[in-house]
Amino acid sequence: MKFANGTMRAVLPWAFTVLWIAAIIFALLLFVGAPFGEAISGFLQGAFGGRRHAYLMATLSRTALITGMAISVMLSFRAGLFNIGGEGQLVAGGLVAALVATLLPGPPLVVLVVAILAAMLAGALWALIAGVLQLYMGVPLLVGSLLLNYPIRYIASYAVAHPFRDVPSGMVQSHLVPQETWLAYFPGTRLDIGILFTLAATAFALVYSYWTVHGYHTRLNGLSADFARTVGLPVRKLTLQTLAISGAIAGLVGAIAVFGIHHRYIDGMLVQPLYAWTGIIAVLLVGMVPWAVPLSGFFFAAVQTGAAGMERAAGVPKEIALVIQAVIILFVASRVSGALSSKERGGGNA
Amino acid sequence: MLELLLDPSFAASIPRFVTPILLAALGGVLCERAGVFNIALEGFLLTGAFAAVLGAYFSGSPYLGAGVAMAAGMTMGLIFAEFNLRRGGDAIVVSIAINLLAAGLTTFLLRAVFNVTGAFSDPAIAGFGSIRIPLIEDIPVLGPVLSGQSILFYLALACVPLLHVFLARHRLGLRIRAAGENADALRAGGVSPRRVQLLALVACGALCGLGGAQLSIANVNLFVENMSAGRGWIAVVAVLLTRGRPWPLFFIALLFGAVDSLSFRVQGLGLAQQFTDMMPYLATLVVLVVLSWWRARRARGGAS
Repeated sequence: MKFANGTMRAVLPWAFTVLWIAAIIFALLLFVGAPFGEAISGFLQGAFGGRRHAYLMATLSRTALITGMAISVMLSFRAGLFNIGGEGQLVAGGLVAALVATLLPGPPLVVLVVAILAAMLAGALWALIAGVLQLYMGVPLLVGSLLLNYPIRYIASYAVAHPFRDVPSGMVQSHLVPQETWLAYFPGTRLDIGILFTLAATAFALVYSYWTVHGYHTRLNGLSADFARTVGLPVRKLTLQTLAISGAIAGLVGAIAVFGIHHRYIDGMLVQPLYAWTGIIAVLLVGMVPWAVPLSGFFFAAVQTGAAGMERAAGVPKEIALVIQAVIILFVASRVSGALSSKERGGGNA
Repeated sequence: MLELLLDPSFAASIPRFVTPILLAALGGVLCERAGVFNIALEGFLLTGAFAAVLGAYFSGSPYLGAGVAMAAGMTMGLIFAEFNLRRGGDAIVVSIAINLLAAGLTTFLLRAVFNVTGAFSDPAIAGFGSIRIPLIEDIPVLGPVLSGQSILFYLALACVPLLHVFLARHRLGLRIRAAGENADALRAGGVSPRRVQLLALVACGALCGLGGAQLSIANVNLFVENMSAGRGWIAVVAVLLTRGRPWPLFFIALLFGAVDSLSFRVQGLGLAQQFTDMMPYLATLVVLVVLSWWRARRARGGAS
């Protein structure tokens, strides 16, 4: 009896949370006057259905990018670094990947490998700028990394609008990367193997966080920077290394988007879908538990593709996805906030 | 370049760009001083911009539009308070969620209410006119800057000394500072710090709402998706740099607004638009770096 009571006490708040979120979604559907049944079946169809599961594949392809960005920021967050500049690192990687692949001659496989490495390097360097600004100039990482999102966005936009533009296409985009460098599809599907890269990054993050000394040190730094400093850990070096790894993974995600999905850099292709922000909330949803991140990434990807399906089936604007995501994070953040504390940081940084 | 800077119409355009940043930053001051780490100014501002168009379109009055914008901003402040203060969610996480909520809700409602994507403009959106002040408009150089602006600019200007006096002298201002600096003392005095912080958040929402109204129904008469375009973040930086003191904040906002305005002006000079668009963010970064570095150096010098 006592046990049942305890379970009730643990489950009840979550039940209320789910009810709240559901109520808000229904209110929004009611507001646009959408038929519930069609909206819900459209959602499920859009997220998991389609002919030969085409929409499910689209969801998985999106999962790859969101999970990659989530892993990237998770490594920073776990080290106590509020790096919210993932978007800039992602754009840097995507742009460099596309430019290297279109400009570098050579065997396709070599070009692909060089382009991916260059993209990771570009992401890492962009993340390091924010780190250097924090460590040597006293600029809080939170605002420094965020503000750096904007210059690179415009640099990338300029690069594909002027010097490297595919002019005949009439669009603001780079030339197509050579077809031989495109990532292969899984047999019989239209899902590229980019998701394997993301899973590899997730596996790396797991091993790195829990089974390497370096990962352990960065986690210590995240749990208590004072403790890390007191026991003599090289906090500055750890900070820069962590940011570089985060940035490299974000850059890799940019390369996946280029070689697996768009096959070129299109202006705004990495910014408009808010991959980086979705990655951040995907990590927050599961309280930064590494193995759960891909699930959370899949969940948010499904919310987005499902919303697109809801638009097709019931005329609900697909932007409802963003609202749903934000509402989920609002309700869940207050439940799992113990995982992350900005209070002591805020004081130290401001 | 110099000609451009001396061009009176450049000077006259500065207040249009200063106003949204300044209003949002003044709201940020209240939160900063009350000890609420609010980095959702971007979302508050965007909400205000949309709500202003909504109100001005349906009521036909820019004042009601600004009122709706204030109400919408205050609602966002309440949401922030509910999840951060009452439910104990982390301020940064709640801020990120609110920024996304604002982006999502404004684009969602843009389609649901006006049935358009991207941008909504309509002659029925009632915008603020410019107010000409008799004698002042004849002053050389300063005249066109101080006169002929929207009422929101004058409101923002008035808010700077008012907020300064309010924080320094008023009982509630004192309580706000106490909530930020020593919440226990406030509690001992029988005042709930959370209630004070709630008030700060709601007032911040109102100010950001007005800032958003300046963007959408004073500078132009339309709403564009993601219209705030990072200005809320620039306001956050202004608050951090000045540690929430109204007067220094005013000058920082003036600087950021002037760069914003300049970036518009130099577009005619043959510079690629991407580079002019980048200018406000680069300027913010540069000021942030220089001031942070200078402050860190001074702190180190003072300690030794």
